[in-house]
Amino acid sequence: MFITKYIKEVFGGVKSLLTGMKLTGWYALHHKKEKITQQYPDNKDTLVLPERFRGEVVMIHDEHNEHACTGCTACELACPNATIKIITKFDITPEGKKKKALDTFVYHLDLCTMCNLCIVACPTDAIKMANTFEHSVYDRSKLLKILNNPGSKIREGIE
Amino acid sequence: MPSLEHIANVIHVWLNNTFSPFWATLFEFVIVGTCIIGLFAMLGLVLIMMERKVSAWMQLRLGPNRVGPVGMFQTVADTLKLMVKEGMTPDGADKFLFNLAPFIAMIIAMVVMAPLMFAKNFQIWDINIGVLFFAAISSVSVIGILMAGWASNNKYSMLGAMRSGAQIVSYELSAGFAILSIVILTGSLRISDIVNSQADGWWIFKGHIPVWIAFVIFLIAVTAETNRAPFDLAEAESELTAGFHTEYSGMKFALFFLAEYVNIFVVCAVGATIFLGGWQPLHFGTGTKFNEIMDYIPSSLWFIGKTFFLIFVIMWFRWTFPRLRIDQLLNLEWKYLLPISMFNLLLVTLMAIMGWHF
Repeated sequence: MFITKYIKEVFGGVKSLLTGMKLTGWYALHHKKEKITQQYPDNKDTLVLPERFRGEVVMIHDEHNEHACTGCTACELACPNATIKIITKFDITPEGKKKKALDTFVYHLDLCTMCNLCIVACPTDAIKMANTFEHSVYDRSKLLKILNNPGSKIREGIE
Repeated sequence: MPSLEHIANVIHVWLNNTFSPFWATLFEFVIVGTCIIGLFAMLGLVLIMMERKVSAWMQLRLGPNRVGPVGMFQTVADTLKLMVKEGMTPDGADKFLFNLAPFIAMIIAMVVMAPLMFAKNFQIWDINIGVLFFAAISSVSVIGILMAGWASNNKYSMLGAMRSGAQIVSYELSAGFAILSIVILTGSLRISDIVNSQADGWWIFKGHIPVWIAFVIFLIAVTAETNRAPFDLAEAESELTAGFHTEYSGMKFALFFLAEYVNIFVVCAVGATIFLGGWQPLHFGTGTKFNEIMDYIPSSLWFIGKTFFLIFVIMWFRWTFPRLRIDQLLNLEWKYLLPISMFNLLLVTLMAIMGWHF
């Protein structure tokens, strides 16, 4: 019937609004404990970022200054906006064969959107996303980074 | 402790003994005007601070916390900034109306304060049509908004002003009906009579369900009348940049902002007066120990406390409810609030005739 539908609408509307008010009222009373604002420059020492926060791409190096990058350019192909440029060279193996290897891993931080596609594409897990986020610099050229450490070489057994 | 009534009487007697009645009245006008302007400035600072803190708490943020202890002086700093800013007038604007509109908005907010009873026997003007005066003058505030919107020569301002006009004219009805239900129960339009009729219990307790319904409708209608979210279509940041005050800057913008918050104070004060007993303390039964303790609290504190409770509720509305579209807004008024409040008015009349209220 029309009139019961009308009254039901009124009561349903009031009830749903009161549910919302209950939640915000609870928040207002518990704002000290529940607050989610990070007072960033003040809490720099105690700031804890989530593990999966994506700040920039870094290459993993172990204690012998060895990385796992084979120079396959899978990440360069996966990158949607040409952030990564891989320059390869040819190493001579002890058997006298020529082998393709990484020379320079160029990373343009200013182009990167932190989409994580290069990390997904990497077959040897050589790169990862780091938590650092304070990237502001005074010169744009400082955002062009070489990810492989000088003198580093590929770890044994990575193909 | 001297009450506000006592202080006002001392000043009145002293002025009349020292000067001729004409000059005494003139000095009283000046004193009242100064007090109202001071109250205006205080309300602006306190309410804007309160709004920002309440919104922050409800959204689990911190709110202003840098200027002064826990951000207390943030609004003072904002006001200083607005005062030194240049007040621009656009080339295509109607200069006279454009510069007049903020003052109209503010003067109306000031005039509405006249019949308010701030404490026991402490009132600027105990006019015998107090609530009618409030209803009449508060609906004039739409003229300031329309003037600002039209004179700005800006499509957003114009749209915001037209929306505001439709909104205030519609919601004036249900606010009027809600006030009328208390007028029926009291039998008087005079604010002091309405307050005195609540000495044995506030109308919200004495009036059963019809008065609760009237109270809720009053709250909704005044939220709409003061152009606040969820009915902030006149400003509508997401659609009209800032609605009727898009073109205003500096102190003229600050006056609009101030008028908005003072309007909130005034409507909440009226709500507290007619539904929550004005300055009357909370009493249960007669002659109990609880009543004596409640009587010990000054009447001005009761009034301010009730008013700020209602202001908090209206802020709670703003930071909880989703915004309405203009058609939903008018639907709510004409299809729901108006029929309900008309039916409710009949119920209240029946209740008053049969004497069912306490």
